[in-house]
Amino acid sequence: MNVVVCVKQIPDPAAPPSLDPETHTLDRSGKLILDDSDAYGVEMALQLVDAAGGGEVTLVSMAPNSETGGLRTALAMGASKAILVSDPALKGTDALGTAKVLAAAIRRTPFDLVLAATESTDGYTGTTPVQLAELLGLPSITFAKSVAIDGSTVKVERQTEAGFDEVSSPLPAVVTVTAGVVEPRYPSFKGIMAAKSKPVDHVTVADLGLDGQVGFAGARQEILDVIAAESRDHGEIVEDDGDGAARIVTFLEAVKAI
Amino acid sequence: MPVNTIWVVAEPASGGITTTSLELLTAARGLGSEVAAISWGPATASNAPLFGEYGATTVHDVGDLGGSLPGVPVAAAIATLAGSGAPDAILVPASYDGRDIAGRLSARLDRPVLTNVTGLGEEGSLVSEHPVFGGSLTVKSRFTSEAPGIFVIRAKSFAAEPAGGAPAALAALGVPETGATGTATITASHAEERTGPSLDEASIVVSGGRGLGEASAYAMIEELATLLHGAAGASRAIVDAGWVPYSHQVGQTGKTVKPAVYLAFGISGATQHLVGMKGSRTIVAVNKDRDAPIFSIADLGIVGDVHKVLPALIDALKNR
Ligand SMILES: Cc1cc2nc3c(=O)[nH]c(=O)nc-3n(C[C@H](O)[C@H](O)[C@H](O)COP(=O)(O)OP(=O)(O)OC[C@H]3O[C@@H](n4cnc5c(N)ncnc54)[C@H](O)[C@@H]3O)c2cc1C
Ligand SMILES: Nc1ncnc2c1ncn2[C@@H]1O[C@H](COP(=O)(O)O)[C@@H](O)[C@H]1O
Repeated sequence: MNVVVCVKQIPDPAAPPSLDPETHTLDRSGKLILDDSDAYGVEMALQLVDAAGGGEVTLVSMAPNSETGGLRTALAMGASKAILVSDPALKGTDALGTAKVLAAAIRRTPFDLVLAATESTDGYTGTTPVQLAELLGLPSITFAKSVAIDGSTVKVERQTEAGFDEVSSPLPAVVTVTAGVVEPRYPSFKGIMAAKSKPVDHVTVADLGLDGQVGFAGARQEILDVIAAESRDHGEIVEDDGDGAARIVTFLEAVKAI
Repeated sequence: MPVNTIWVVAEPASGGITTTSLELLTAARGLGSEVAAISWGPATASNAPLFGEYGATTVHDVGDLGGSLPGVPVAAAIATLAGSGAPDAILVPASYDGRDIAGRLSARLDRPVLTNVTGLGEEGSLVSEHPVFGGSLTVKSRFTSEAPGIFVIRAKSFAAEPAGGAPAALAALGVPETGATGTATITASHAEERTGPSLDEASIVVSGGRGLGEASAYAMIEELATLLHGAAGASRAIVDAGWVPYSHQVGQTGKTVKPAVYLAFGISGATQHLVGMKGSRTIVAVNKDRDAPIFSIADLGIVGDVHKVLPALIDALKNR
């Protein structure tokens, strides 16, 4: 059982985000880390390969710079190897362009299943994995809260508005996982040491034959303006001296909620 | 270039179509001169008057999907239709199936998608608005690609208003062969029991977060919601932890709510939570950390322990 996990390396979400003043896109020039959302896919993949009794977890990632810090984190968790598509020409690439890059990179390695997160922390379009599935000619199941393999079938509990559906699909397939799917492990010291020598295959846009289809031009969309949204002021913030509940009751009465 | 034809992907829901779909139809008829809906499921024909009332002149009926997830067959059908005359724009609700349809369609037509749209206007071409950084900034975008532009639009971005049009004309829309892509099938569905008003429509929403400490404390959130005739919501942290079902989640990946009063207990106010509730008329927050970001948008903030404030509040309301 070979599983490919799409993992995104992103600017640290704990640091205040900023927009590139020229392009109005998210400034991704600093240090990049593993998107926390993708740690779930990595863990799920490791567990599935383990349950199948053999196989490999391969990471596939795309970024304008050749940073590998986030990939090393996922390799330290236990993934075997990584393919990193990095190229300055990728700056400004949209979700469809990203899917084209990921599809071309994934075709370079054998796989039974592709995992991704339902949405990335910094881009959150949630469409990349489905676009990827279409480009690979594969079925997809999004919003998985559990994933199991049964022979050559993947069985998923998929979140819905009202509850969840049981969905199954033949392999190979693309599945997106939520943050509730499994609890990611912390890399062990041994894992961190081992990750340093695991192979990371650096690939360029030209290697994939995608010149002209990516970057700002390939995105075929433009940001016209960034404006301050209507701001919302706060009211009274008070310490609870035992009167907190009474204050809420008074407030609810004042707004005629009770 | 004026906007002429707009297609709206209208999701079926228990006999009717979802409120978000009605919101999109309402917006579409204000922007384009010709609006058509694309829908599926057994009730499409009987909903023709509803589609018409909200401004669609035609509804393209993809029919029964026979257990398939909608993404592949609906996108394939729309792509075929676009092949014999593309609209200027296709509006898709930001739901689970909506995102699947938009993604599939984008790859099939080789057109980009603009997601997380909360506003649409006509400024020579369609211009979309997207909240970023927890809704503190709005980004305005447009396509430079050839039509159709695909927009994925968040719930409650527009009001749903009927315009009293004649029933929409019904046109059957076939699904082409989809090969391996269309092989994911639903084998069983599970719906949670919920009583009281729905989270989307309640005028009071009471939400709990990780500050509740443990799953059993969520019972207080539900009790308070019942006392206030409201609905119980949650942050993603406690949904992921398995304390409450996903259908309770408020925020970027959950529901968008705009109640008269939103009460947040033990919720920090992460940007992804704020985008789902910032439009509430008034906000009350209880958090033990005075610096919690939720306080920056609260009309009333109580710096205190939810385990003290919640029981006292429940008591006070019971004794009224
Ligand atoms: C792509 C993406 C999408 C996301 N989508 C969503 C979404 O749709 N909805 C959502 O909610 N989140 C979403 N998140 C997660 C979000 O970033 C936060 O992690 C989450 O909202 C935090 O939930 P919380 O406020 O309950 O927990 P925490 O951030 O841990 O906050 C708990 C709060 O409780 C307070 N507290 C602790 N004990 C007490 C006590 N005894 N009394 C009072 N207060 C107490 C603490 O001071 C703290 O402020 C998303 C994240 C990502 C990356
Ligand atoms: N640049 C990327 N490299 C690798 N995986 C990605 C990339 N962009 C998106 N993905 C995957 O697709 C998911 C959804 O991303 P998005 O469409 O940005 O919300 C992410 O959580 C990743 O699993």
